[in-house]
Amino acid sequence: MEVILSSDKIADCTTAIADEIVSKTTKGDKIVVIGIRSRGEILAKRLAEVLSKKFKTKIPCGTLDITLYRDDINNPQGQSQPVVRSTEIGFDIDDTIIILVDDVLYTGRSTRAAMDALIDLGRPKAIRLAVLVERSGREFPIQADFAGLKVDLPADKSVQVNFVESDGKDRVIVI
Amino acid sequence: MSSKEFTWNRKHLIGLRELSREEIEYIFDTAQGFEQMSTRSVKKAPTLRGKVVVNLFFEDSTRTRNSFTLAANRLSADVIEFTQKSSSVNKGETLLDTAKNLEAMGIDIVVIRHSAGGAPKFLSRNINACVVNAGDGFCEHPTQGLLDTFTIRKIKGSLEGLKIAIVGDIAHSRVARSDIYAMTKLGAEVILVGPPTLMPAKINQLPVQVSYSLDSVIGQVDVINMLRIQFERMGANPFPSIKEYSHYFGLTVERMKKAKKDILVMHPGPINRGVEIESEVADGANSVILQQVTNGLAVRMAVLFLVNQAAMTKET
Repeated sequence: MEVILSSDKIADCTTAIADEIVSKTTKGDKIVVIGIRSRGEILAKRLAEVLSKKFKTKIPCGTLDITLYRDDINNPQGQSQPVVRSTEIGFDIDDTIIILVDDVLYTGRSTRAAMDALIDLGRPKAIRLAVLVERSGREFPIQADFAGLKVDLPADKSVQVNFVESDGKDRVIVI
Repeated sequence: MSSKEFTWNRKHLIGLRELSREEIEYIFDTAQGFEQMSTRSVKKAPTLRGKVVVNLFFEDSTRTRNSFTLAANRLSADVIEFTQKSSSVNKGETLLDTAKNLEAMGIDIVVIRHSAGGAPKFLSRNINACVVNAGDGFCEHPTQGLLDTFTIRKIKGSLEGLKIAIVGDIAHSRVARSDIYAMTKLGAEVILVGPPTLMPAKINQLPVQVSYSLDSVIGQVDVINMLRIQFERMGANPFPSIKEYSHYFGLTVERMKKAKKDILVMHPGPINRGVEIESEVADGANSVILQQVTNGLAVRMAVLFLVNQAAMTKET
């Protein structure tokens, strides 16, 4: 096990992502933050909080459950059964710029599912992807717009993101 | 969440009698995830795309059939509507032959309603597709029991310690049986109310209390579920007149005055207005009858999703 992001570094990454979002926002853009369950949800809440301070206005934040849109739902890979939970987005996404948040970008399959799920909720002006860790190994033509850390890892390694809210402490490890 | 370690492994839903509390709650947790779909701009998800659901209804139904059809459509499944009236069953085809023929077309889930108790169970033993019981004889109507219980849980938070009256034609009611199993498993106390002629035999084998007086029960209960008088199933007259039945067992405005202020009034539909329930009560502030219908959709989506998941998992 190797720690690739400590608690301080995670906070720095979140701030850096927020700064970059601010720098790429033009006047009149309606920014909203939507996290993919479950680790993306936590990161999204933190990011929305930082963004709210920087924009000096409340940035709406929601949670997306992508289970129903997964491409392996009818071809289970033998791992645990997918659990359906609710999508909680209490605002209209039409004409917004969605900052879609996930903890790790790897194959790109979750992002594909998330985009399909979002399109069924309305017609955003744009969807931008923000991740804490961008790892090589894409299977789909998908890329992150904002990434805290980029890493290159062999396929037998896995990246695990821990947050205080769900796991008791903030850290990103490779196992 | 309690469901994290839990795995759903039933590819058929035959009745609630055999389900554990954990399984029932898992269905509810899943149904919660489907609720918001009705409020979206695109009321559909691709989850069961390419799957085929057959509505195999040997008895009349509006609500349950439409609800299952819409639930399947919302999950992007294709639906075959089968009705006895326009089928080869009228030419003497057996249930098993009908099902085997449908299965030969590559169906994945059969939703069956049949006047013979045990028909869904029989089917599940003889075909490979998933089987979901939409009502069999006087046995069970599991999705109705689930949606009734889900509705109560949603409004009251929990069923633990609640007193629930099920009133009316218990003997002919598969809804009552499914309700009793689900509600008592989740910790509620169920009181059956009705004339002795409409109480089932062997009632002492059910985990319930029995009362023959609605007036003595109405003040103590948190939920009252008014069953429909099933005129079509009754042979001999079980009560002297409809008027007399309404007088003793109808939920009237007058009777509601004795009830708790926050009592939930339920009815599985279709309503005989003025017989088991007065219109003012059915449409009143305590009525959750239409919420039951709305919740039924989420519950049925959850059931279709889960049986399919179990079938998929078993194949690997």
